[in-house]
Amino acid sequence: MSTIQTWDADRALLRIRELQHVPGALLPILHALQDEFGYIDSAAIPLVADALNISKAEVHGVISFYHDFRHHPPGQHVLKMCRAEACQSMGCDQTIQHVEKRLGVKLGETTLDGSFTVEQVFCLGLCALSPAVMLDGKPYGRVSKQVADMLLDNARRLQ
Amino acid sequence: MKIYVPCDTASVSVGADGVARAIEQQIVARRIDAQVVRNGSRGLFWLEPLVEVETPKGRVAYGPVAAESVAEMFDAGFAKGGQHALCLGLTEEIPYLKQQERLTFARCGITDPLSLADYIGHNGYRGLERALKMTPEAIVEEVAGSGLRGRGGAGFPTGIKWRTVLKTAAGQKYICCNADEGDSGTYADRMIMEGDPFVLIEGMTIAAIAVGATEGYVYIRSEYPQAFRTMTRAIEIARDKGYLGASIAGSGKSFDLHVRLGAGAYICGEETSMLESLEGRRGQIRFKPPLPAIEGLFGKPTVINNVISLATVPVILDKGAKFYQDFGMGKSRGTLTIQLAGNIQHGGLVEKAFGLTLRQAIYDFGGGTASGRPLRAVQVGGPLGAYFPESLLDTPLDYEAFAAKRGLVGHGGIVVFDDTVDLARQARFAMEFCAIESCGKCTPCRIGSTRGVEVIDRIIANQERTKNLEVLDDLCELLLDGSLCALGGLTPYPVLSAVQHFPEDFAKPAPPPPAAHIQETQPWR
Repeated sequence: MSTIQTWDADRALLRIRELQHVPGALLPILHALQDEFGYIDSAAIPLVADALNISKAEVHGVISFYHDFRHHPPGQHVLKMCRAEACQSMGCDQTIQHVEKRLGVKLGETTLDGSFTVEQVFCLGLCALSPAVMLDGKPYGRVSKQVADMLLDNARRLQ
Repeated sequence: MKIYVPCDTASVSVGADGVARAIEQQIVARRIDAQVVRNGSRGLFWLEPLVEVETPKGRVAYGPVAAESVAEMFDAGFAKGGQHALCLGLTEEIPYLKQQERLTFARCGITDPLSLADYIGHNGYRGLERALKMTPEAIVEEVAGSGLRGRGGAGFPTGIKWRTVLKTAAGQKYICCNADEGDSGTYADRMIMEGDPFVLIEGMTIAAIAVGATEGYVYIRSEYPQAFRTMTRAIEIARDKGYLGASIAGSGKSFDLHVRLGAGAYICGEETSMLESLEGRRGQIRFKPPLPAIEGLFGKPTVINNVISLATVPVILDKGAKFYQDFGMGKSRGTLTIQLAGNIQHGGLVEKAFGLTLRQAIYDFGGGTASGRPLRAVQVGGPLGAYFPESLLDTPLDYEAFAAKRGLVGHGGIVVFDDTVDLARQARFAMEFCAIESCGKCTPCRIGSTRGVEVIDRIIANQERTKNLEVLDDLCELLLDGSLCALGGLTPYPVLSAVQHFPEDFAKPAPPPPAAHIQETQPWR
């Protein structure tokens, strides 16, 4: 379960100031903001641009370049499902389709009740235990449809 | 007495944390004088969680252990290495492990990754100790003489890179470790960072002394949160104990390290994209020249090496160039950290001298497919590696031998597919992956990959197949010759090898058009 806070400019500024002087600070700052809020609010862009003395366009460009950075708050649980070759060879497509059907979302979307966000990922480095997923930062290997069901059920129970 | 339960992400992904908790409960309940140590993984993943018990004869292995079987294992005398259905005997005698030549991975799975005492007790920091008595030139020549080539995939001689940085005069130089291990089928970098982080720190420190760098960065992909945590902690420990900082091991030479997290962009495994990312920009590749060795991070001379290359430096310095050079074949010297992955019965890490054939790796070590169905295709070297059919399995794992077959060894990942694979779908995926991950800097890669997906879709749908196969061929040639970096430049490898070796998959009857609602839920749209 996430410990995510709702957007708060003061908290954001605090995180930005902690990191603005490290060399190449933009990625560390964006990670810090996403850790804090679960996504990067558009209101953060001028704050970051100002702190680093770069344009808002540059900040936006970096946020949109990297797959990790979200523009909207995620669901309570984030399920990252690997779609790379090793997982394909062990049937990840079936597991993914099963999860999509069960939750009624496509990869990259959040369920209507806000409980789950499902994202695609290319390789979790668990290629000898495929198919692999990561649920709320915890790794799981050999994720068949049954295991996926169990993970989703357990996560719901914890809500 | 010590009981070892791996903390490696792969072990945890199949329940190692629960097993460790169950063992701790039993130790308390049964009043056994034992301590649970979370070690790295030995890399025998089909046996994970692989638990080991220290006995007078050596460490005895049990696996795969489930938390539920822990109590009955203790009943069977597990704490003294007693017999049980899951007992695998002495760990070192397990053939999969015994037949390897572990140089880079000599300690991984044996020690507590965050115990510096353990590291030093297992020959750690001996390479640095020797390096500190040598001139920078001598260190560089030792590495060059070992024949070590970049293990990230390109296979460029590490010593030559270092020599360039050494000879370039500058007030500030950097060592960057590329730990953006994005290739599917690879996990050796992750295992080292989680299982033996000090060896990477030592390798980077030696590199720094050799070229005159005082600062270094480890760029770790965000998909590896545990590797990030372990490296961060290991660096703090090394700094506390004087192995990083103002005077490394009392030598008066300074070097410090920082860890940076990627953000889910495959392209940042390309060295110049990684530099852009480290500097806080979009991970778009840079034109070369200038080489990073001359103008790298923040415009300064920079050594950029893969995790395995750097983690191999300590053993080379400790045992000498000749020792390392004696392993391998042809121009591929030393050992390759083969990673068996995908549809394979015994998936895991196999460190062997170059020259083992694919067949030996897949069957002698890997035991064939996990599904038990016939093997049909093997992809070596990640998403940009060629698909090889069964008839090419006798190719030795050697940079030149693979290049001769239009394949690449890459980072040593081997992904096995059984006969249910459809190579036309795999070729499509290669183009799709390139389209998703392209940095957008050069046109062949940015636009060509999307056109590639469309052309393959038409071939699959049986629309003017002959003509479209020609278009695909032409497009691949353009990508090969016209792309700025390896992403666009190598995406044709999996595509063309699929067409060449598996033409039947591009000649199947067209599948029925998907129903509208299914099309709607295709995840990649």
